[in-house]
This record gives sequence, structure tokens and C-alpha cells, in this order.
Amino acid sequence: MFEIQHLVLKEIKLEWRNRAALNGLLLYVVSSVWVVYLGFSLTVSALSPIIWNTVFWIILLFASVNSVAKSFLQESEGRVLYYYTLFSPQGIIFAKILYNTLLLLVVAFLGLFFYIVLMGNPVQDFPLFCVILALGALGFASTLTMVSGIAAKAQNSTTLMAVLSFPIILPMLLMLMRVSKNALDGLDRSLSTDEILTLLAMNLIVISVSYLLFPYLWRS
Amino acid sequence: MLKLSWWKYLTMALLFYTLIVGLLSDVPRLDIVNESIRNLYFHVPMWFGMIIILLVSMVYAIKYLRSNQELHDIYAVEAANVGILFGILGLVTGMVWAQFTWGTFWHGDPKQNASAIALLIYLAYSVLRSSLEDEQQRAKISAVYNIFAFATLIPLLFILPRLTASMHPGNGGNPGFNSYDLDSRMRMVFYPAVIAWTLLGWWLVSLRVRFSKAKNQLRTEAHAAQSEQLIND
Repeated sequence: MFEIQHLVLKEIKLEWRNRAALNGLLLYVVSSVWVVYLGFSLTVSALSPIIWNTVFWIILLFASVNSVAKSFLQESEGRVLYYYTLFSPQGIIFAKILYNTLLLLVVAFLGLFFYIVLMGNPVQDFPLFCVILALGALGFASTLTMVSGIAAKAQNSTTLMAVLSFPIILPMLLMLMRVSKNALDGLDRSLSTDEILTLLAMNLIVISVSYLLFPYLWRS
Repeated sequence: MLKLSWWKYLTMALLFYTLIVGLLSDVPRLDIVNESIRNLYFHVPMWFGMIIILLVSMVYAIKYLRSNQELHDIYAVEAANVGILFGILGLVTGMVWAQFTWGTFWHGDPKQNASAIALLIYLAYSVLRSSLEDEQQRAKISAVYNIFAFATLIPLLFILPRLTASMHPGNGGNPGFNSYDLDSRMRMVFYPAVIAWTLLGWWLVSLRVRFSKAKNQLRTEAHAAQSEQLIND
């Protein structure tokens, strides 16, 4: 526990010291929302909820891939060796997942804020939508952290990151889109419990598989 | 005379049985599906075969991580390749079937989409392998991705289609096979067909593994000869 806390704090400190990356990321979200807004420009009011929802999740997907991709890429060879001697691999993967979740929560809610400002807010059950967004951040963070660990070992890792992560993140994304559509339409919450439980189960699978597999990845 | 182990003869016998009995025997008359119901002996067993072969691939990936033997890695890759082949075959047979029963080749059915994604995952696996240079590292990292991908494939193939409307039997409130179209005569062909296609997949894997091993052997021999020449010069 102590180890994880330390590692998360270290990630936050590093991010804060090197604010260019963080600012770049936040700008990435804002400018993609802006591009979408201008793309739909005059017809924003005529936008159907399903398009609103899909476009929002796609922006979020790309922003997440970009923000998590650097979590292993930015580590230099020497630093990795240093961690290797200090921490257990389980501690490192948990800390990374936790930190990336925090990062994606910031990205997701900032994105949502700008998206609502520009594209209007058709969400009828807003608290549920926020819960789904948080679940999505956790899910994206856990899947993408592991994939970025894999991609960081290979050449042309930025392309690889997208190629490896999109297909395995799709089931989660489809689930998220479905539940958030329910929230958008203000359907009764009991209709969404099944999907939310499935999402939690998926997150659990991904996190436990990462926990089991990361030591092998780390050792290579 | 070619000598083959017993299960290869069994595979051939079962495949011929599937082909001959599957195409000649009586099938139930059902609306819309009509004679195309015979595709059940080809389309569905190919999916079963794909899932089993991919499971084998994952098992060998786990074995590789535990043992670090190169042979296990070769098995994992070749099983994944055969899985991709079966996936494509299953998709094509399914598309033809969809054209004649549902009216379009690509119907956007959840299972169709899920299987296309499954193919993407395993194609990504081969891209990952080709972008890693060091052999040991390649084996290890692709084994990790293999297991990770299989773990996410399961919700994709088995859980998601059950939650959405699908035109496949057994999904979205449609009755499963057992209740209407898979009567006992069809079972007599269907189960052997599943075994036949799976065994054929395993046969392909073992052939490909032998080919890979021979290639590796030749490469190491060529290396040895080259270095010997260098020393002699």
C-alpha cells in the first residue's frame, strides 16, 4: 500500500513538474471538442442524442489513448532499472493504473464540461452519466495502461498503441455508449444496472489479468 | 505409403462424413432457412473450432511464460494463425448465409461485429509480433498480449451479444438451437462436424509448427556454416 501511494505521488509530481505534457493533453481535448463543434456548426440544436453520445465517447477514446500512451513511453531505460530494484511489479502496475485513472477523470470531466458548453446538454439523468463517465475512466485507464506497457517495448509504439488497444477496448466502449445512452434518455435506473455490473466485471477482469501478467512484461 | 497417426485418419473420416451426410441427409423444412440450414454443419463448427484453437493458443502462451521454451511460443503463434484462418472462414460462410436468410451480407448483427473485432485483435497480435526484433522479448511480450486479448475476447463473444438484440438463435430472446431446428438427426452430423473441424485446425497447427521448426533449424545451421566459413577464412 505504502509503495503504491509513493509511486502515485511520484507520478503526480513528475506530471506537475513537466506541465507541458499535461497542458498539451488538456488542449488536445478542448481542441477536438472545438473541431467537432465547428464541424456540426449550425446544426448543433438539431443533433440527436445518439450522435451527441457517440461523438463524445470517440473524442474521449482518442484523448485517453493519447494520455495513457506516454505512461510507459516516457520512462527512460535507467529509471526503469532503478524502479526494478526498488518496487514490486504489482505495486508499479497498480500505481500506474491508479494514476492514469486520476488523469483520465480530469480529462473526461474537463472534456464533458467543454462539450456541454459548446454542444448543449441533452443528458436527462446527469448523476448517472457522471458515474458512467467515472467507470469509463477506470476501464480505459486499466486497459490502456497494460497495452502501453506492451507497446512501449516495441518499435513504432505510437501506432502500435492504437492498433493493440482499439479492438480490446471496443467491448467496453460499446457498453459505455449503451448505458450512457440510457442516462441521456433519462430511462429508469433499474434498466442500466445490468450494464453497469457488466462494466464493473470487465474492469475487474482487466485489472486482475494485468496484475497477473505485468510481472512477466516487467522482467523482459 | 504415407504413415499418419490415428487421429488424422479420424479427422479425414469425420470431414468426409460431414460433407457427404451433411449434404445428402434429410433436414427439417423451416421457413426462410430452407436448405441453407446445412450451413450449420460448416459455419457453426468453424466458430467452435476457432474458439477452441484460440484457447489452445492462450494455453501455450501461459505455458511459454512458465517455461520459456521456444517450442511453446511457436505453438501459440501458429494456433493464433490457424484461429485467424478459421475466423475468416467462419465469417465468410456466415456472410453467405446472412445474404440468403437475412437479405444482406453484412447485417450488423452483434455477433458479426464481435467476430470482426476478434479478428482485429488477432491481426493486431501478428502486427505486434512483427514489430519486435529480439526473439525472446517477442515471444514473451506477445504471450502477454495473447492472454490479455483472450481475457477481453470472452466478454466480447459470449456476454455482449446476449445483451443486445441479435438474429442468431439463442440471443436476444430468440430460442436456442435446441428448441426448434437442431433435431436429433442434425445432431448426428453437427457434433462430429465440430470435432472434425477442430481436429483439422489442430492438424494445421502441427504442420505449421513443424514447418517453423524446420525453418529455425535451417537458419541456425546456415548461421553455423557462415561463422565456420568466417573462422576458416
